Amino acid sequence: MSLLEVNQLDVRFALRRGDVKALRDVSFTLDRGERLGIVGESGAGKSVAAFSLLNLIAKPGYIAGGSIRFDGQELIGMRDRHLRQIRGNRISMIFQDPMMTLNPVLSIGEQMVECLKAHRRIGRREARAIALRKLEQVHIPSPEARLDQYPHELSGGMRQRVIIAIALLLDPDIIIADEPTTALDVTIQAEIMDLLLELCEKHNVGLILITHDLGVVSQVTQRMLVMYAGRVIEQGPTREIINDPQHPYTQGLMNALPQMATPGSRLNQIPGSMPSLDNLPSGCAFHPRCGFTQRPDGSERTACRSEVPGFVASGNCQAACHMVAEMQDQERIPAQETSR
Amino acid sequence: MTDTLSSPRPEASHSRADNGQPLLEIRGLEKRFSLSGDFLEQLKFKGGRLVREQEHVHAINGVDLEIQRGEALCVVGESGCGKSTVARTVMGLLHPSAGEIRYAGERIDDLSTQALMPYRRRMQMIFQNPYASLNPRMTIQQTLEEPIRLHHPDWSRQRVRDQVDEVMASVGIAADWGKRYGHEFSGGQRQRIAIARALAVDPEFIVADEPISALDVSIQAQVLNLLMDARRDRNLTYLFITHDLAVVEHFGTRVAVMYLGRVCEVAPTATLFATPRHPYTQALMSAIPRLEDERPQHIRLEGEVPTPVHLPSGCVFHARCPHANARCREEIPRLIARDDGSQVACHGVEEGRID
Repeated sequence: MSLLEVNQLDVRFALRRGDVKALRDVSFTLDRGERLGIVGESGAGKSVAAFSLLNLIAKPGYIAGGSIRFDGQELIGMRDRHLRQIRGNRISMIFQDPMMTLNPVLSIGEQMVECLKAHRRIGRREARAIALRKLEQVHIPSPEARLDQYPHELSGGMRQRVIIAIALLLDPDIIIADEPTTALDVTIQAEIMDLLLELCEKHNVGLILITHDLGVVSQVTQRMLVMYAGRVIEQGPTREIINDPQHPYTQGLMNALPQMATPGSRLNQIPGSMPSLDNLPSGCAFHPRCGFTQRPDGSERTACRSEVPGFVASGNCQAACHMVAEMQDQERIPAQETSR
Repeated sequence: MTDTLSSPRPEASHSRADNGQPLLEIRGLEKRFSLSGDFLEQLKFKGGRLVREQEHVHAINGVDLEIQRGEALCVVGESGCGKSTVARTVMGLLHPSAGEIRYAGERIDDLSTQALMPYRRRMQMIFQNPYASLNPRMTIQQTLEEPIRLHHPDWSRQRVRDQVDEVMASVGIAADWGKRYGHEFSGGQRQRIAIARALAVDPEFIVADEPISALDVSIQAQVLNLLMDARRDRNLTYLFITHDLAVVEHFGTRVAVMYLGRVCEVAPTATLFATPRHPYTQALMSAIPRLEDERPQHIRLEGEVPTPVHLPSGCVFHARCPHANARCREEIPRLIARDDGSQVACHGVEEGRID
């Protein structure tokens, strides 16, 4: 049994004109110490997925169905009092903007002590000692002095280190990091990613990394999910997906990267843009932008328009695509049962 | 002749520009922003006397750059290095504190708003955030007509409309977008409109300040393709500001790397990516997250970018540079041309200590 099992998660936002389905049929697992990447463009639902794991979806959003099991316990419908023992304690979260996450009127030390005291019966002095040790772990120079400084006195990179230290305070089993380096410069990003990787490996902490940057995912994670318009459309070991993406959207995303093209040549663009969630195309949500809705002989794959594709396995990866399914049938590769 | 230029100066320089003269020349550019408020706020009592004290952010500290016709010069650097200030100063949106800017041989940084107008038609700017750069109360048609009307007041209504139609078609905007407002479009579509607005007056030089940074990956490719098509079809010259080195490698013909308000390396794109010389360039390049199998070891820099309020002595990079010595701490390095067409501002590279 995996540490975290998400099954057919369905999240909706109740708006006056009807429900918007932000997340549909999302399933994945995370083992102890495993690093999982969730990739997608804005509006794909990757942040909603992360937030719903900790029941942080604000109204009018609600979890409409599915299950989230953490260490054998069902998190959906759990009382807040019980959920608080898991949220921040065993699963902690790192947000995108380091300035918005820290409280500007409390010193770094006070915020860290506050966090410890909220979860444990612990004395002030002891809490401060733990805080100091965590700041050392994230390689902050002169950590003792930092404890008494305020967030505005630190640079963006330092603030994100402090946030990682806070996320580590209670020795969590899983860290969820939502675009942790998007607001940072590329040299700082490399340092923060090195740090996250080092900490996860050293303390056997699981990581769910949400990002739009395929380069970052490929360097940090072991497995990845690609999301499009609220659904997972491809999943598998990161290396295999990066080296040989199956789904036309993943392929398009990779081919659109400037580093995949000869300098100066035209980039392979995906036409159009991500559909809005309250007006999704029928069938496969990607079909209006997809270059494979026709077979090589010119006939139309009508399923793309009418049916939501299920996952088909190819190697260790799974892609939700009618074209991939058809190709496999032709090659007479026995389709494996796909539960994970 | 479609031009109705009031001043003969740009036309005269136009012919001269063909003798290998750069289209844009930046010499010793400096820009300081005061942190100290107005005159009264600067007055302080010290030792029983009233003294005036001022503190400055030194955003640009002596930048020299040249852009030849047809080039796409990319300026890269991390936040706070002054790359956007360079773009804005070139466009005349900011006045330089020192130094000069020449466009086709003519000095433009000291011109009045009136005298700058003909240049404004020839130089256009594309901004980073298409959510902020389009007027929410104007339709797309009005947005695109405005610059044409401003620069060609004598054009007939029909002619203005024809010009708008032409530019809309060339950037792939459907004709029926014209009646709609900016908020009805996605980020990528808005950036397309912003590009159309810049191209509407047939400029020859485009300053683009992080034009694709706010967009999604699949949309970035669309907009980048559009900018490259425009360059080819309209013979444009670009000053392209970005922090994304992968985009630079793809788009730029030459690259200038900036750090703390100074240019530390300028080189043809292929040369820079094959052999980065300046220690900062090397660190920056090693930090790009790549898709390759092995995780490359990136060069870790000591410490952080110093504040541009109190600049370090000597080379601005010396405190973080693994190769710094006494000379680096005292003497400001100048850009020195090398055989491969690159220019590097580094004592270590000049002395052969760093290869």
